Amino acid sequence: MQTFGQQLINGLSLGSIYALLALGYTMVYGIIKLINFAHGDIYMLGAFWGYYVINGLHFNFILTLLSAMIFCAIIGVLIEYFAYRPLRNSPRITALITAIGVSFLLENGMTYLFSANARSFPQVLPTITYHVLGLRISNIQLIILGTACLLMILLELVIKQTKMGKAMRAVAVDPQAAQLVGINLNHTISFTFALGSAMAGAAGVLIGLYYNSIDPLMGMTPGIKAFVAAVIGGIGSVPGASLGGFLTGLLETGVQAIGLSAYKDAVVYFVLIVILLVLPAGIFGKKLKEKV
Amino acid sequence: MLDIKDLVVNYGAIQAIKGVSLSIHTGEIVTLIGANGAGKSTILQTISGLIRPVSGEITYLQHPLQRDAAPKIVRAGISQVPEGRHIFPGLSVQENLQMGAFIRKDRQNLAQSYAEVYQYFPVLKQRRYQDAATLSGGEQQMLAMGRALMSHPRLMLLDEPSMGLAPIFINEIFDIIRAINAAGTTVLLIEQNANKALAIADRGYVLAAGQIKLQGTGQELLDNQAVQQAYLGG
Ligand SMILES: Nc1ncnc2c1ncn2[C@@H]1O[C@H](COP(=O)(O)OP(=O)(O)OP(=O)(O)O)[C@@H](O)[C@H]1O
Ligand SMILES: [Mg+2]
Repeated sequence: MQTFGQQLINGLSLGSIYALLALGYTMVYGIIKLINFAHGDIYMLGAFWGYYVINGLHFNFILTLLSAMIFCAIIGVLIEYFAYRPLRNSPRITALITAIGVSFLLENGMTYLFSANARSFPQVLPTITYHVLGLRISNIQLIILGTACLLMILLELVIKQTKMGKAMRAVAVDPQAAQLVGINLNHTISFTFALGSAMAGAAGVLIGLYYNSIDPLMGMTPGIKAFVAAVIGGIGSVPGASLGGFLTGLLETGVQAIGLSAYKDAVVYFVLIVILLVLPAGIFGKKLKEKV
Repeated sequence: MLDIKDLVVNYGAIQAIKGVSLSIHTGEIVTLIGANGAGKSTILQTISGLIRPVSGEITYLQHPLQRDAAPKIVRAGISQVPEGRHIFPGLSVQENLQMGAFIRKDRQNLAQSYAEVYQYFPVLKQRRYQDAATLSGGEQQMLAMGRALMSHPRLMLLDEPSMGLAPIFINEIFDIIRAINAAGTTVLLIEQNANKALAIADRGYVLAAGQIKLQGTGQELLDNQAVQQAYLGG
C-alpha cells in the first residue's frame, strides 16, 4: 500500500511532465496534421535555457520557468516559419521528414556547441522532503505537479475562452471556412506553435528539477513517450494529451516499482499498441465524422 | 460594387472558368445559376481569395481584389456562406458567430450584431450554447448565414443555401435573404433552385461550362425558353 502510494506520487509528477509535452504534439497535429518530431528537442532547449539562466543570471524558479517558456515559444515559431511553412502544401510525408531533420539538427547542433556530456541541472530550489503517512514526498514533486497542472488549466482557458483559442479550434476543424471568416492561417499556426513550445519549455525546466541531469539528447525518449501519450489520449485532443501523459508516467513508474525497470519503455509501447487495437482513435479521439 | 472582367481560373491543367465577366451593383440581389460543375463555387472561392485566378480582374469598390488574401477581403466587406455550410463543429453556436466577427474591431457594436442575427434566426438564440455540430441541416445553414452576417458585410456571397433543405426551410431561407438585402446588404446568390432564385433576384447570370451563356433580369430569365428547359424543369 505504501509503495503504491509512493509510486502514485512519483508517477503523477513524471506524468505531468509528459502531459505538458504531449500537449504540444497534439495541438500541432490538430492544426496542421504534422507530427512535430522536433518537439522533444524544444524541451531539451528549454532545459538548457534553464541551466544557463540559473547558473549565469541567477534567475529564480519562476523567472527561469517563464523565460524558458518564452524562449521556447520563439524557437517553436521560428521552426514552423523556416522549416514547415514552406512545405504547407507539400505531401505530408515531406513535412514529416523535415521534422525529423529539424530534430537531428537541434540534437547535433547542441552536441557540437555544448558537447554530449550530461550536466547537472542547478538546484534552483532547496529540496525539502516531507514524510506523510509513511510516504516520502519532496517539495520538488509537488512543485512539478502543481506547475504542470496550473499550466494545463491556463492552456485550457486560452483554448476554450480566448478569441485566438477559438480561432485555433476553427482552423483545426475547417481551415477553408476559417479563412472565409477572416482568420489568418499563418498567425493562428504560429500561435499554436508558440503555445505548444512554451509548454515544452516549461517541461524542460521541470525535468531538470526532477532528474537533475540534462544533455543534448535528453529530448529523444521523452519526446517519443509524450508522442505515445498524445496518441493514447487521441491525437488532436487536448484533454486526451493530458490524460495520456499522466497514464504514461504512472505506467512507467509502476513498471519500475514491480522490478521491471529494464522493460519500462517496452511496457509503455505495448500498452499503446493494446489501446490502439481497442480504441483506434485513442481515448478521447474523434470518430472521424465529416459532415458535408 | 463588384466587377469581374475576363476571369480565368484553372485547377491544374483543367480550365474551370473560361473568361467570365459579371457585375453586381450596390443593393442588388444577383443570382448565378448553372448545372453541377459549371464553375459557380469556383467563382465565389476566387472572389473570396481562396483561389488565385490565372487572369482577369475583380474590382470591388474601385479596388482590385484578385491579389488579396482571404482575411483582407472579409475586412473589405465581402463575406461568404460556403456551399455545404462549413460551420465549425466543436464550437458552440455562439462561438461560431463570434468567429464570424473575427475581423471586427468595433467591439462595442457586437452585441447589436448578435441581436440582429438572433432576430433573423431565433432558433440560433435558443441553441446558442449548444455544439454547432448538433444542429439540424437547416439550422446549420442558418448558422452559416448568421456567421457571415457577423462580419457586417456589404456584399454577401451565398453558395446554394437551399441545398438539401425541406421546402419549408427553403422558403424561410429565401425570405431571410430578401430581408438581409432589404436591410442594405448586396447579395450574390448561387442556386440550383433556379425558380426561387430568379424570383427574388434583380438580375441573373446563367453559367455553363465556365462561361456566361445568358444574362438578364430575374423575370427575363424566368421567361426565357432555353433557361426554362435547362434549369426550370421545362
Ligand atoms: N479542387 C478542385 N480540383 C480540381 N478540379 C476542381 C476542384 N474544384 C472544382 N473542380 C472542377 O471545376 C469545375 C467547377 O467546379 P465548381 O465546384 O465550381 O462547380 P459548381 O458550379 O459549383 O458545381 P455544383 O453545383 O455541383 O456545386 C468542375 O468541373 C469541378 O470538377
Ligand atoms: Mg458549387
